[in-house]
Amino acid sequence: MARYLLLIHDNEAYYDTAGADERQALDEGHEVFAREHKDIIVEGGHLQASTTATVVRQDGKGDFLLTDGPYAETKEALGGYYVIDVATLDQALAVAKRLPFFGEVGDAAVEVRPMH
Amino acid sequence: MREDLTVAEAVALAHRQEWAFVLAATARVTRDLDLAEECVQDAYAKALTTWTETGVPARPGAWLTTTARNRAIDLIRREAFFRTALPLLADEETTSGPADGEDIADERLRLIFTCCHPALAPEAQVALTLRLVCGLTTAQIARAFLVTESTMAARITRAKKKIAVARIPYRIPDAEDLSDRIEMVLTVVDLLFTTGHVAPNGPDLMNTELISRAVDLARMLVELLPGDEEVAGLLALLLLTDARRAARLGSSGAAVLLPDQDRGLWDQAAIREGQSLVRRALRRRPPGQFAVRAAIAAVHSESPSWGATDWDEIVGLYDVLIARRPSPVAALNRAVASGFAGGPEAGLAALDRLATEPQLATYPYAAVARGEFLHRLGRREEARAAFEEALTFTENKAERDSLRQRLAELGEG
Repeated sequence: MARYLLLIHDNEAYYDTAGADERQALDEGHEVFAREHKDIIVEGGHLQASTTATVVRQDGKGDFLLTDGPYAETKEALGGYYVIDVATLDQALAVAKRLPFFGEVGDAAVEVRPMH
Repeated sequence: MREDLTVAEAVALAHRQEWAFVLAATARVTRDLDLAEECVQDAYAKALTTWTETGVPARPGAWLTTTARNRAIDLIRREAFFRTALPLLADEETTSGPADGEDIADERLRLIFTCCHPALAPEAQVALTLRLVCGLTTAQIARAFLVTESTMAARITRAKKKIAVARIPYRIPDAEDLSDRIEMVLTVVDLLFTTGHVAPNGPDLMNTELISRAVDLARMLVELLPGDEEVAGLLALLLLTDARRAARLGSSGAAVLLPDQDRGLWDQAAIREGQSLVRRALRRRPPGQFAVRAAIAAVHSESPSWGATDWDEIVGLYDVLIARRPSPVAALNRAVASGFAGGPEAGLAALDRLATEPQLATYPYAAVARGEFLHRLGRREEARAAFEEALTFTENKAERDSLRQRLAELGEG
């Protein structure tokens, strides 16, 4: 078996404009997803909005520089992740396609990355 | 094995016909593509010397497989402690180990589906297929695609690393994914053929090495997936297109376009085989894109002359193709066919409707088609401008020569 990180990039604007019902439906979708895949999910997490992110980098003078916002400014922000344990990339891709926001949130994408 | 072959010819033939099988069967033992390739190369080198002494074996593929597998087992035993992080080929049946009795067709299919996995970049799929399924060297592939050998080596290494690290499975896809994935494989073979049929630049119109490799691959797929109509459609398309090979180059080396080709030079055996495959391919409802494209090529192949071409039939087939798979190039071809069916005015109007298509803005054939219809309407200066525009979009020498010739004709007339 091998571990894959599923990085969920989705559209934060959707969550800003979505009603409470829609957000609740999505949360329930994740609960269903987690239940259905409990044997292979190692861990998972839901991230706060990218506006709450802070980037730490070196300033080149031996000190650190902190900047407000996510490292990569894109329309699709990193919203959450799962770590799963399956045998092959095809299985990991099949699991990624089962994530609940497909069909709900426009331009959502999942990056599937093998882990060491 | 034919007895009139020299050993070198027998090895070359076995290389063309058996490489994919020998490599696939060896990879089942090594679980490592690099090591498998190394052992298969050794086996072919050994064949050259051994067969000179012992004669060509009755089943060269079996001899090569046994030799490559023995070499692999030997190396694995000897280097077991030194080889670290063997890139495993992900396979759900790993625990069952290599199965000797397994269907040899499946071995090659596994290899093809691995090379054409959608998680790999398209150019990597093409390069890997040529490397692993056809056994071309990195230098040969680099030459075919006009990149440096180190660029191609890096591309292949990166793709192999992704197969190993991301654990792209070494297997035939599940039924639910199969039709999508076959289409991906067919697209790779089609791309190979197209790249060979009109080399994007360089001195020659065609790269015959890529053409024959693509036809070989399509034949292999028909043998491996005999029930798949789209596979038959692809082979039909390649055969019917390549049947015109001898007529495509004039004595001066310039490209001869379809209307001006000497149809007596077309390969009738390839056309017959292609036409019979088209009939099989069109049995699927609705027909796939390769079946329809092959059907269009078949209409040309059965027409005694350009003037006698059944253009209405061709326009209708393009409608089917565009409904199945819209593309700017298909739309362009439909516009051109409608011009031949309904006259140059109709053709120009159809081309004008595509004027805003960004993918056609620098596509030489769009300008050539416009020039052709303008020429027929006697609008010589505009025709000249269109052909000159086309010249700026192609770097292929044979095509450039053909365009210059048309410009010269316009000047005289």
